[in-house]
Amino acid sequence: MNYFPDEVIEHIFDFISSHKDRNSISLVSKSWHKIERCSRKRVFIGNCYAINPERLIERFPSLRSLTLKGKPHFADFNLVPHEWGGFVHPWIVALAKARVGLQELRLKRMVVSDESLELLSRSFASFKSLVLVSCEGFTTDGLASVAANCRHLRELDLQENEIEDHRGQWLNCFPESSTALTSLNFSCLKGETNLAALERLVARSPNLESLKVNRAVPLDALTRLMSCAPQLVDLGVGSYENEPDQESFMKLMAAIKKCTELRSLSGFSEVAPLCLSAFYPICQNLTSLNLSYAAEIQGNHLIRFIQFCKRLQRLWILDSIGDKGLEVGASTCKELQELRVFPSDLHDEEDNDTAVTEIGLVAISAGCPKLHSILYFCKQMTNAALITVAKNCPNFIRFRLCILEPNKPDHTTSQSLDEGFGAIVQACKGLRRLSVSGLLTDKVFLYIGMYAEQLEMLSIAFAGDTDKGMLYVLNGCKKMRKLEIRDSPFGNAALLADVDKYRTMRSLWMSSCEVTLGGCKRLARNAPWLNVEIINENENNDLMERNEEDEREKVDRLYLYRTVVGARKDAPPCVTIL
Amino acid sequence: MENVGVCDEFVNLKATELRLGLPGTEDGGEEERQKVSCCKSNKRAFPETEKDIESTGKTETASPPKAQIVGWPPVRSYRKNNIQTKKNESEGQGMYVKVSMDGAPYLRKIDLTVYKQYPELMKLLENMFKFSVGKYCEREGYKDSEFVPTYEDKDGDWMLVGDVPWEMFVSSCKRLRIMKGSEAKGLGCGV
Repeated sequence: MNYFPDEVIEHIFDFISSHKDRNSISLVSKSWHKIERCSRKRVFIGNCYAINPERLIERFPSLRSLTLKGKPHFADFNLVPHEWGGFVHPWIVALAKARVGLQELRLKRMVVSDESLELLSRSFASFKSLVLVSCEGFTTDGLASVAANCRHLRELDLQENEIEDHRGQWLNCFPESSTALTSLNFSCLKGETNLAALERLVARSPNLESLKVNRAVPLDALTRLMSCAPQLVDLGVGSYENEPDQESFMKLMAAIKKCTELRSLSGFSEVAPLCLSAFYPICQNLTSLNLSYAAEIQGNHLIRFIQFCKRLQRLWILDSIGDKGLEVGASTCKELQELRVFPSDLHDEEDNDTAVTEIGLVAISAGCPKLHSILYFCKQMTNAALITVAKNCPNFIRFRLCILEPNKPDHTTSQSLDEGFGAIVQACKGLRRLSVSGLLTDKVFLYIGMYAEQLEMLSIAFAGDTDKGMLYVLNGCKKMRKLEIRDSPFGNAALLADVDKYRTMRSLWMSSCEVTLGGCKRLARNAPWLNVEIINENENNDLMERNEEDEREKVDRLYLYRTVVGARKDAPPCVTIL
Repeated sequence: MENVGVCDEFVNLKATELRLGLPGTEDGGEEERQKVSCCKSNKRAFPETEKDIESTGKTETASPPKAQIVGWPPVRSYRKNNIQTKKNESEGQGMYVKVSMDGAPYLRKIDLTVYKQYPELMKLLENMFKFSVGKYCEREGYKDSEFVPTYEDKDGDWMLVGDVPWEMFVSSCKRLRIMKGSEAKGLGCGV
């Protein structure tokens, strides 16, 4: 390979797109490192504080597509203070200054401002795609600038963001000349939508494949939208709590029938059963269905719908579907690969006998041979069920089980669920992501350390007995990248046992555990290449000024991550970087 | 006198109460939002006793809480907010907010979920407090009104009622204040 001219090598590298592979290539030799970095178009940064924008640009001058992730995963559950960080602005400023030809930006759990969006829209002439997931800090004004200024915008995908809706005319800001849209998702906007502007935009976007509207788009508007975009592949609908009248229903059904390319359906924050039935004609084509926001719809309607979905590969649903519904799914959806069952009753207030149990999980595992990813919220579980699931589905890549009540044992034997999860990790040799719950001792972690060789991400809550538990995991799981632990009795001994382990991991989160300030300080001293962040929302934030006694004080929240650029400068007062 | 004695006794009784539970685990306390750290309860000897602990805990706390654990179940806030508001509406729990009026001696409380739009709410307020509010216009607010309805939102800012869509108002309104028109001159002069 060394005798090939650079251009040939670069051409060969063009075929290699996976980040892991490209990272490996760059380690082969100096010349390969140079060719690789100069030709690299897509970069993924899993932790925005692991590196800074200047170094990124220096290494990858031809950057076209950037993915950035900010806050740690537990920020999703309000465990990270609002002002923690993850600002995208410095990145956009640096990219703009260096005149990088940015075309795509994907952000997850970052803070985005209208100012950032405005700067983005003005700085990158070929900008094509903006995907924001679980971000916050901006308003529809920022969206207006993107719409107005990004002449070549193809994709605007807003997933589950907190956006202040100024009820403005942002949809009107797409110029008449804008006809390149392929994907538009504004389902998370809470306010009213300018329907006329939306309809005009859809009508002049012949390449639009994915459209996800928000709650405020009524049925007749949806019908019109579908009629002028029968090429849609992916549709997210609004909120339809009232039954449509006969005429509206017929029109809707006619429009739906024309959408022969439709493969993915979502939205339905409320849906009257008759409305749902209008979609029956295209059910058999669906590969992806998300009904997980339709809290009011009863299990039997869901079941009737699922019965038609023979080609379903991905299903997101609420636990109101019940074990019966999952049994129907198991016999109908033989192509199912990914299942997510979310809880409809978040405060355990109702004595809900219709929600899913271990029976549904076993049924789905038995009926769907291609199942590889599952997220399952339920009220009860048994070891026997998990052992059966492991036998039925050895191909799990992601297995996330959340039993709603912490520390809940096997409800038939009152024992811990160590054996059940042990069976899962032993059988599923390709398991990359695992979330455990229920009553668990150190033993489950012994199993995980022993068998989960490919495990990259592990989420632990209210589990384990001693430091040994965490040590089993740190010592055993060679591929561990992200470990997040809450409310478990792991302390300094586990934290400090193998400091170099954290070189191979992206991050570690520990909250309400037994680690102390002294332990964290020692870690920070021994590992200068780590940022060890202590998050403390109490009044007295001057951790450093307290006396020696407080070294024994337990740390409320610890977040550590490897970085090449040292302590960040934008940390708020409640965060201390040791 | 006797009442005080009973109170003290009750307090003391609690401390000496013999029940299955590890020292330091709280019960009841519905006034404060509890952050339950189940660290200590992880040190269990036998599953049976653990079960007992749980059931005693349940009977101590009346209805509904079960202590609310921060960030549990692990469901994204976005999803929680979307499902929650619907549940509240359907169960008729209502969203009660305090309403104060400048010059009135005491406050009132109203349930925002009862109304579908602004006009209904305004009519109720006008009836409740015996005033009239005049016409709302986007640019100048409630121009020339003797009284102006305002509300405090989630961020602690005082806003003019009517500026944002109804749903956004209901989900972000913490309380209402009917201001004197003369004081409200600064508000409503659009941004």
